[in-house]
Amino acid sequence: MTFFLSCLISGISLGSVYAIIALGYTMVYGIAKMLNFAHGDVIMVGGYVCYCALNYLGLPSLVSVLLAMAACTALGILIEGLAYKPLRQAGSLAVLITAIGVSYFLQNAAQLIWGATPKTFTSVVHIELPQTLTNVGVSSEALVTVLVCVVIMVGLTLFINKSKLGKAMRACSEDKGAAQLMGINVNRTISVTFAIGSALAAVAGVLLCSSFPILQPTTGSMPGIKAFTAAVFGGIGSIPGAFLGGILLGIIESLAKGYISTDLANAIVFAVLIVVLLVRPAGLLGKYVPEKV
Amino acid sequence: MLKVNDINVYYGAIHAIKGVSFEVNDGEVVTLIGANGAGKSTTLQTISGLLHSRTGSISFQGENIAGVPAHKLVAKGLAQVPEGRRVFLQMTVEENLEMGAYTSSGNVAGRLEKVYDRFPRLKERRRQIAGTLSGGEQQMLAMGRALMSDPKLLMLDEPSMGLAPILVDQIFQIIHELHVAGTTILLVEQNAQMALSVADRGYVLETGRIVTSGTGAELLADDNVKRAYLGG
Repeated sequence: MTFFLSCLISGISLGSVYAIIALGYTMVYGIAKMLNFAHGDVIMVGGYVCYCALNYLGLPSLVSVLLAMAACTALGILIEGLAYKPLRQAGSLAVLITAIGVSYFLQNAAQLIWGATPKTFTSVVHIELPQTLTNVGVSSEALVTVLVCVVIMVGLTLFINKSKLGKAMRACSEDKGAAQLMGINVNRTISVTFAIGSALAAVAGVLLCSSFPILQPTTGSMPGIKAFTAAVFGGIGSIPGAFLGGILLGIIESLAKGYISTDLANAIVFAVLIVVLLVRPAGLLGKYVPEKV
Repeated sequence: MLKVNDINVYYGAIHAIKGVSFEVNDGEVVTLIGANGAGKSTTLQTISGLLHSRTGSISFQGENIAGVPAHKLVAKGLAQVPEGRRVFLQMTVEENLEMGAYTSSGNVAGRLEKVYDRFPRLKERRRQIAGTLSGGEQQMLAMGRALMSDPKLLMLDEPSMGLAPILVDQIFQIIHELHVAGTTILLVEQNAQMALSVADRGYVLETGRIVTSGTGAELLADDNVKRAYLGG
């Protein structure tokens, strides 16, 4: 029972990281109708910026995290402006290939700057948990990760539903032409979406590296793909879907590692995705919209 | 108020609008009529900045607005009700109306009340998702949404399209009321009979060119117009 519980808890914690990353994927997809495959690598950049701030500049943890968020926000806006904006009228395949190109660019740039040797990330979480919690496998990192994820989820839902900018984002994701007729600057709204997604990616990167302290240029790629899977699993374009998909994916992965095989865990995760998509092509919470011919 | 001078619009190699010129004066209702594909909607979309003209000029209140991006025109007092309504289907009625006042800093609550007074149905359904409204209600929402920016010029693109005759009458009644209240309106319609009966003046478009113009009554009595567009 304790073993199950600890698997479950580490699954929820891992799933929370996936969920935070998946929110970036799903928001960008919702508004720009593109899959930003470089999103996973923004996580890695966030991790490195935080690492440098902690170890070279000796900044406090919270300041380092904020610095990582600021850097990734700027990076997200830059990527969107330089790589994706000129392709607004281009076919989706061109955008997809560009995104994969940006992903490789970021990985190789990181290798050039920080080297290929993995760095050992020092956790930014400094909380002592009571014995009763640590006995069932709750780490302070796991607890903070889940809490941060819940706060982000609630905050983002309120922002999207209640704020003027959030409503403008929804309007743009539905109909860009009509949104323009309302006076909404569509290009700027897309930039803001990338900025938010990238800031969240930085948070995810720091939390991920705090739990799994090995930082290297490819750190972001597997979590990025898993989070993309989570977003599709939950229904891409849907914010609650990204949250649900992320958490479920983390739990499935963790239970598969604990009870079946560590080596097969990834295969099982993707097998579940395939089954879900066969039954519900639009994902768990997605709406299936038949394409008009 | 609006002066369109010799605009030429292309879709790729297709020359869709060929040297169209017309004007709309303060307080007027002007209609562009013509068959499907004549270029009526293209003309409106060029004025509202969604499409751009290669040559010619569009002046709105003395300012050349050709080439100004669409999202900057709302604040200048230009609002468009697009063809097919294009309300935000997944947002509530009230959120749709709020989007209409996106660039306004003024008395948004007051305007919301005015729109609700004009369209009581919308008030009843303010919390409902727009996708659940009927076609006629969506058209009222699209018009209400455009009125939320308190426009100097309201452009309506096929407001009667796809609606039952009783709803068409209602929509034209509202256009008439807006006219009486002093709103300047540019109306694009396939329903020439209805459009000419509410309009001060009209222009007839044929394959990208203006072929006839005159007052609403003149065009209603014109033999060519009757034969081509009024089923007479």
